[in-house]
Amino acid sequence: MKGGPVLILGATSGMAREIARSFAACGHPIQLAARNVARLEDDRADLETRHGVAVTLHEFDALDLASHKGFVEGLPALPDIAVCAVGAMGTQEENAANPEKGAMVMRANFEGPASILGHLANAMEARGSGTLVGISSVAGDRGRASNYVYGSAKAGFTAFLSGLRNRLAKTGVHVLTVKPGFVATAMTEGMDLPEKLTADPKEVGHAIRIAVQSQKNVIYIRPVWRLIMAIIKAIPEPIFKKTEI
Amino acid sequence: MSILSGWGRTPKAACHVVRARTEGDVAASLGDTTLIARGNGRSYGDSALNPALTLDMRGMDRMLSFDAESGTLVAEAGVLLEDIIDTFLPRGWFPAVTPGTKFVSLGGAIAADVHGKNHHRDGAFGSFVDWIEVMGADGQVTRASRDGNSDLFGYTLGGMGLTGVILRAQIRLRRVESGWIVQQTLPTGTLEEAIDAFEANLDALYSVAWIDCATQGRHLGRSLVMLGHHATPDELPSDKRRKPFAVKRKRAKRVPLDFPGLALNRYSVRAFNELYYRMGARKAGRAIVDWDTYFYPLDAILDWNRIYGTRGFFQFQCVLPTDTARAGMHQLVERIAASGQGSFLSVLKRFGAQESRFSFPQEGYTLALDFPANDRSLALMDTLDRITLENGGRFYLAKDGRVPRTVFSQADPRAAEFAALRREQGWDRAFASLQSERLGL
Repeated sequence: MKGGPVLILGATSGMAREIARSFAACGHPIQLAARNVARLEDDRADLETRHGVAVTLHEFDALDLASHKGFVEGLPALPDIAVCAVGAMGTQEENAANPEKGAMVMRANFEGPASILGHLANAMEARGSGTLVGISSVAGDRGRASNYVYGSAKAGFTAFLSGLRNRLAKTGVHVLTVKPGFVATAMTEGMDLPEKLTADPKEVGHAIRIAVQSQKNVIYIRPVWRLIMAIIKAIPEPIFKKTEI
Repeated sequence: MSILSGWGRTPKAACHVVRARTEGDVAASLGDTTLIARGNGRSYGDSALNPALTLDMRGMDRMLSFDAESGTLVAEAGVLLEDIIDTFLPRGWFPAVTPGTKFVSLGGAIAADVHGKNHHRDGAFGSFVDWIEVMGADGQVTRASRDGNSDLFGYTLGGMGLTGVILRAQIRLRRVESGWIVQQTLPTGTLEEAIDAFEANLDALYSVAWIDCATQGRHLGRSLVMLGHHATPDELPSDKRRKPFAVKRKRAKRVPLDFPGLALNRYSVRAFNELYYRMGARKAGRAIVDWDTYFYPLDAILDWNRIYGTRGFFQFQCVLPTDTARAGMHQLVERIAASGQGSFLSVLKRFGAQESRFSFPQEGYTLALDFPANDRSLALMDTLDRITLENGGRFYLAKDGRVPRTVFSQADPRAAEFAALRREQGWDRAFASLQSERLGL
């Protein structure tokens, strides 16, 4: 199978690596974008060695909004599929204690991703085709004391993706929202995560490719998360505010 | 902290785990405590456990280059054999040496210097390793091969991660013409006949025997000796010849729950062995089987270690040198059969000669089988240890979680040399596992 180029934004994460592999395995050329692209040389070698696809590396800073338009124009080809895996969690204690730090988390998880996807959306709309994939989070489904700074940014990003999907529905451009739930990656290193709720990055890569091919709108990687978040969202606020989840 | 164990699920230990995704991550974890690198957790005992720091290497899983002329692959240590097969079998290449599971990491295969069904002809995994890159206690990365830093190279093969952290390696794959194996099954009525069959078939590329360790008397040690080689297209039926690498992957099954301890008893084990032998004997002769079924029959059942219940199991594997192998194997199998604790799958295999610093294989015969972890089986294994010692044999660290220090050092005089070298090089202050501490390495 052959396909058009797939752009991976924030390509240094474990999840991004598996997403890239999943598309490369189907013959898509891959564009890897991140800050300090020298770190991606081994990933490029890996995709070329495993799957024999063309891989290009692109310097990209999600927080440097002024550069985003030029970044899109500078790509060797406007991708068929763009996956935004940009994000940073920080720790809730730091984010709460230091609101400036919290604001950076919001910028990295909402403002930056929304800006770059906004530029890509406009270019894809003009072309009349393409798929945009935003990696959001179950944390955005309801603000909780344990990670509401990160969660609020993801809530914003989820709403942005939803609106973008609505706007582009009749233009040939599709938008997929991904809420992974727990994933065993560097971001969750050292956390004690329940096995049945925790996806492997490989699972995420596979699920996203399938969801793109079948034009899904919103996916949770492990279906049980849809149920869990439905329950969490349904708890009345007077009770919810006293819980610790 | 995570509760970790080897594949045998015993011993278990609460370990501080860090996943390394880059060389920098490995360097950053050196220093404060000792650590042990862990691949895919398929060694059976306590080789890849260190409560202070267990470094999960699965994040370093990139393939860096492949030369399609020579079949040489450069890859990071966390790449699994499964990935290598998925990537390169369709292009006509297969691991030159593979253990009985494809779910091992490259780093783990090197650290244990694993062997396969072709040891008698090709030696162990290390025979096909051109070079390795190892991070030492000081964070320096050293490339080691037979020609340069050959001591580090030699001791890292089979060194169980105790010489440093293996980061990358270059290995040579084997050219194959199909994904199929021509298998020849020879049923033998006794252990002696099985050994005769191995000796008569030293030119077969692959040879291994399933041995019945549950039956006593005149059929003691009856076996199914299985020979094999990679099929060439003209050995395949015409429907397979057109696409010789197209092997349908069977869906792996899972063991849904931990079996209760009673599921395995002398009756079920004996009945299983009886049935297995009869089925095998009926299918004796030549057959074409796919690579996955031939090399990795147990991988088809993903959590097969759960059939031993939550208490887990020990694997016993020793090798006896050629001159004592016949008599020694007879004593071992006789003792196991008499105990009524034989296991479902016991494996007998002939090893060829191998020069090594600390690897397990030596010329002779190796026997491997598992026992549920309980007091009776531990007592039996003590007896098996003694028989192994009396016959000049030694033990396989990748399978071990219980051999006493005194037994191990008696069986393998190289242990003292290795321990001394570790102290001299300062490796002992940076790299250690529960196994190395238990054995005083």
